[in-house]
Amino acid sequence: MLNHAIKRLFASVFVILGISLLLFVMLRSLPGDPAVVLAGEMATDEDIVLIREQLGLDQPVYIQYGRFLNRLIHFDLGRSARTQDPVIYDIKTRLPNTLLLAITATFLACLIGIPAGILSATKPHTWIDYLATSTALFGISMPVFWLGLMMVVVFSVILKWLPAGGTGGIEHLVMPSFSLAAFLIAFIARMTRASLLEVLSQDYITTARSKGLSEQCVISRHAIKNALIPIVTVIGLQFGRLLGGAVLTETVFAWPGIGRLLVDSITARDYPMVQGVILTFGLLFVLVNLIVDLSYSLIDPRITYD
Amino acid sequence: MTENDQTKTNDSPSGRIFAKFISNRIALVGLVLISSYVIVALAAPMIYPSDPNILNLNQVLRPPSAADFLGTDELGRSVLGRIIWGSRVSLSIAFVVVGVGMVFGVPIGLASGYYGGTFDFVIQRCTDVLLAFPAFLLALALIAVLGVGFINTVTSVAIAMIPQYIRLVRACTLSVKEQVYVEAAKTVGTNSFKILYRHILPNVMVPIIVQTTLNLGIAILFAAGLGFLGVGIQPPTPEWGTMLGAGRIYIFRAPHVATFPGLAIFLAVLGFNLLGDGLRDALDPRFKG
Repeated sequence: MLNHAIKRLFASVFVILGISLLLFVMLRSLPGDPAVVLAGEMATDEDIVLIREQLGLDQPVYIQYGRFLNRLIHFDLGRSARTQDPVIYDIKTRLPNTLLLAITATFLACLIGIPAGILSATKPHTWIDYLATSTALFGISMPVFWLGLMMVVVFSVILKWLPAGGTGGIEHLVMPSFSLAAFLIAFIARMTRASLLEVLSQDYITTARSKGLSEQCVISRHAIKNALIPIVTVIGLQFGRLLGGAVLTETVFAWPGIGRLLVDSITARDYPMVQGVILTFGLLFVLVNLIVDLSYSLIDPRITYD
Repeated sequence: MTENDQTKTNDSPSGRIFAKFISNRIALVGLVLISSYVIVALAAPMIYPSDPNILNLNQVLRPPSAADFLGTDELGRSVLGRIIWGSRVSLSIAFVVVGVGMVFGVPIGLASGYYGGTFDFVIQRCTDVLLAFPAFLLALALIAVLGVGFINTVTSVAIAMIPQYIRLVRACTLSVKEQVYVEAAKTVGTNSFKILYRHILPNVMVPIIVQTTLNLGIAILFAAGLGFLGVGIQPPTPEWGTMLGAGRIYIFRAPHVATFPGLAIFLAVLGFNLLGDGLRDALDPRFKG
């Protein structure tokens, strides 16, 4: 297990190095002089010269990449072209909001998606199953930004129950997290149904039933545990889509996370900030999938990595 | 057609697939939805002959009525007219994006799976890095570098889609290349290129077709998402996401401006998802329906 964890950690480090290389190449691919672009529209000639020296743009490319990596290791992502604040400062300030949104959405998705999938699998080809599967299909097809806006129309404009945006109490979190969770609820429900249907056809389930165990006990003690691996995998893989959705949800609900920061930075051509936020998203995605991968043997003790 | 001919058609593999697909009502709903969109896109100049970009500042933010079936937007333009013309833009983006994704992703995936070795290792590590970015964020990052507009939207979403094709096709190729008929082709001296295109490609087409149908929906969602954020297709081009993004500001005064383009996106994506699910059930023998 420890060996596997170390191997996966090394693999993740290589992926992170790849991400940093990709970002480095992308930033160097910008049309025109990178120093002029990075300095922003308001920069003076002196600023541009200073940035060129600071970034070592007069050095060979491999030295530039080495310096870029060295700065990354020290969490130095440069300064925002818009505010001149350190990029890491803005990310540190806003990241907790994005994490709160993403974690709440994932929690909601599990809370609704898993029971919906169980109901659907235990009552296949009934109206409950059809309702759950068609709702899931709707959830997968619905644009997160449209769902968010429709929730604003219903719950803020018509019913006046919830605030249309911003942060504050828990009431501000309800609509953004539900609209972000919608597609994940659908994915988890579909995966739970498929995985549970497969498990329920196994011999050990027949044995458990023939022992006289109640259906509830068969599902909760025998079936669910064995159906969990694909569900956890889908959560890990869909976490990336959740982060992409967070960018849109944060824009709809004026939620001050790093997703909104990314959009504002792209619009303002604040490339150091764009680079920092994209890197943070990439790291988060790699980290979540690493955790998911390592959790397999905890969920299913039969899984060994010897 | 005689009864005998009918039986023969149903007994052939394509006949069985067609019969299975037709018997799936949900898949048929998807087919009808997508066919309707394609017809509307092709016949847009006949269905709504006026220019969808013409301003009418005396008619701004009018609610749905008999004169304007889905109301007007912030510049007095017909929302219905722009949705109809927008179907051309959104469907074009989806088809071009998926086409580009396939043109690059399928041959690379085939070669990576078939040849293996260093080539496969390098391609897979590059794919790992691209897949380490959530696809929509990769498209956003590319937009940040390339800039906004039709070509750049298509390019960025297509690049985000290529690694998915590479991974899928490689996985299928790894399995197919071990089959006896591939070994037989190698034994009789068939060259690698011929083996890849004559023997392996036709046998990995089923997952490619299914994934492509689902990817068309994803491409519409991505392009609409970029348009919504203001970094995709630029106004006044009637693209559904861009229309939704512009209508967002008026959500309290005139919710119809954002509601109907969003509904158009939702139904198109739903159509592709239903069609993709139906095709998978019909084409893949592992799914018994």
